[in-house]
Amino acid sequence: MTFIGMPRGTGNLTGAPFPEAASEALDNAQLRRNLAKATGTIRAKRAAVVDELPDWAALRAAGAAIKDDVLANLDTYLLRFEAALTERGSTVHWARDAEEATRIVTELVTATGAREVIKVKSMATAEIGLNEALAAAGVAAVETDLAELIVQLGHDRPSHILVPAIHRNRAEIREIFAEGMGATDLTDDPRVLAEAARAHLRRKFLTVDVAVSGANFAIAETGGLVVVESEGNGRMCLTLPRTLISVVGIEKIIPAWQDLEVFLQLLPRSSTGERMNPYTSVWTGPTEGQTSHVVLVDNGRTATLADPDGRAALRCIRCSACLNSCPVYERTGGHAYGSTYPGPIGAVLSPQLTGIDRNPTLPYASSLCGVCYDVCPVAIDIPSMLVHLRGRAPKPRAEAAAMRAAAWAMSDHRRWRRLLRAGRLGRALGRRPMLPPPLSAWTRARDLPEPPRQTFRDWWDTR
Amino acid sequence: MTEPGARAAILARVRSALRDRPSATVARDYRRAGTRGRGDLDRFAEMLRDYRALVRITDDVPAAIGDRGFIAAPGCPPEWGGDRRQHTVAELDRVDGVITACAVAIADTGTIVLDHDAPDQGARALTLVPDHHIVVVRADQIVPGVPDAVAALAGVRTQTWISGPSATSDIELERVEGVHGPRTLEVIIDIR
Repeated sequence: MTFIGMPRGTGNLTGAPFPEAASEALDNAQLRRNLAKATGTIRAKRAAVVDELPDWAALRAAGAAIKDDVLANLDTYLLRFEAALTERGSTVHWARDAEEATRIVTELVTATGAREVIKVKSMATAEIGLNEALAAAGVAAVETDLAELIVQLGHDRPSHILVPAIHRNRAEIREIFAEGMGATDLTDDPRVLAEAARAHLRRKFLTVDVAVSGANFAIAETGGLVVVESEGNGRMCLTLPRTLISVVGIEKIIPAWQDLEVFLQLLPRSSTGERMNPYTSVWTGPTEGQTSHVVLVDNGRTATLADPDGRAALRCIRCSACLNSCPVYERTGGHAYGSTYPGPIGAVLSPQLTGIDRNPTLPYASSLCGVCYDVCPVAIDIPSMLVHLRGRAPKPRAEAAAMRAAAWAMSDHRRWRRLLRAGRLGRALGRRPMLPPPLSAWTRARDLPEPPRQTFRDWWDTR
Repeated sequence: MTEPGARAAILARVRSALRDRPSATVARDYRRAGTRGRGDLDRFAEMLRDYRALVRITDDVPAAIGDRGFIAAPGCPPEWGGDRRQHTVAELDRVDGVITACAVAIADTGTIVLDHDAPDQGARALTLVPDHHIVVVRADQIVPGVPDAVAALAGVRTQTWISGPSATSDIELERVEGVHGPRTLEVIIDIR
């Protein structure tokens, strides 16, 4: 297979095995209440605004096809993007993995003499562990997205692609802000909390001279970058500092300006359930006297691209509709997935970026109900991909032994008939028996079916 | 800086990953630009109000703007008034509001697009730092959908697409207006 030997992604993409992390999360009743409320709200909003568009299915098909075209011709589009950006006066950098990407950004920041950078929420920089790398070089990275700020002030980890602090309710956020900002007069009214964030970050926006952003889309035709946001913190970071460094995964490319007409309809409606997000910034190269750097990051994306049955995961536009709809995510939350990318898309993307051996349990973090596929705006068939990845995951020894035994038993029809008859003895175990370890892992969450009184073959013989 | 060989290595990995020669055909069966006629003014106003923008429909723009001591983008029509001098960011932080025109507006989504390379829309900070943004939309600038707006714009221009005032859904996924961008978005639709 072609994917053997392709260098894998590093950075914040692995954690504890999902079954362990999930059972810990399931003990947290507060977390489950917070998640059920938040995801329930967003599911209803998404459904309403998707229904407003009579051509949603056609937009979804076009979005999937445009991304497939990008992936099929990725080298051509990357070179086109680089040429357009270079012509406009930006410097384009290439990073093979997380270490290379963080080193490039850290060098660019320290070269300016800055000790502080402001950041627009970016999955790519979370994936590569940029904040940790900057801190090690003595540079403080200030997150400016409200939810990222909640996570940063709470010394916490993000648990959702769009709303990293989705696991926190308003009362917890009030506590975190009171502590982290030294604010004493806060209530738990979201308006008051948003106002506190505005006051807290205003001076940073007006004084810090270097910003780091990601990008939702990188337009090959024009060298344009697009950031889709709500609060205006993105506009602040993109506009006011003199140096702007944008970290962009190589799969973020779209071929042409016109293609935005598809994605700017698919993304906001799938993501926040709005007809359009409050602010979308488009810029091409250094703007209004700024210095502009763009860092193109591989970090396991080419390894993902090499698997014809898995590469469609790279279509993902990070809307998080699959998280908001997933019954597993709603109960375990994002931390249980152990990766920057949680939820159904994380369960297929993380193991492909890192290699399945470093994330062997994530393809099982699903009931395969298929709702993630239904809501995906770029039609990623996540359930089929999960099954594909399960096939490639290293198997527990007990499962491998059981499969070998089954193969032996079924390869001879006389042997199989004898064993089926013997299986009726299993009725002696009674209803809902627990199997001994290691098979107990299976019966802990399932009922062992009671064997029938008569096998099918015996019944057939008596006809 | 890029390590020598990183660029070539990534491109080689891409080509090696695509050895099975995949291809894709893009069918654009959605509602394309220019297929839906003119943008509906009432729908545009309804969508704006739904996201808590102030909407005023008038045939007398200068009267609707009035004299509020705001600043204005340098290329705005003189009769709109407003201070046209250059302001530093620190000065912008102290002004009460700003007046600009726009490039195009979208009825389906209640969106206004600013083209920052156009003098009547101004540099980006102008419409970001002040807390109140008045934007004047000519009725003939309203298009039905997103594809119509994309077709009307040049992709190389610096743009901000604005849909309502600054907002967040980060606390329990409930929308709250007013975070870092202008907390008041006032849209004056010119039907003259």
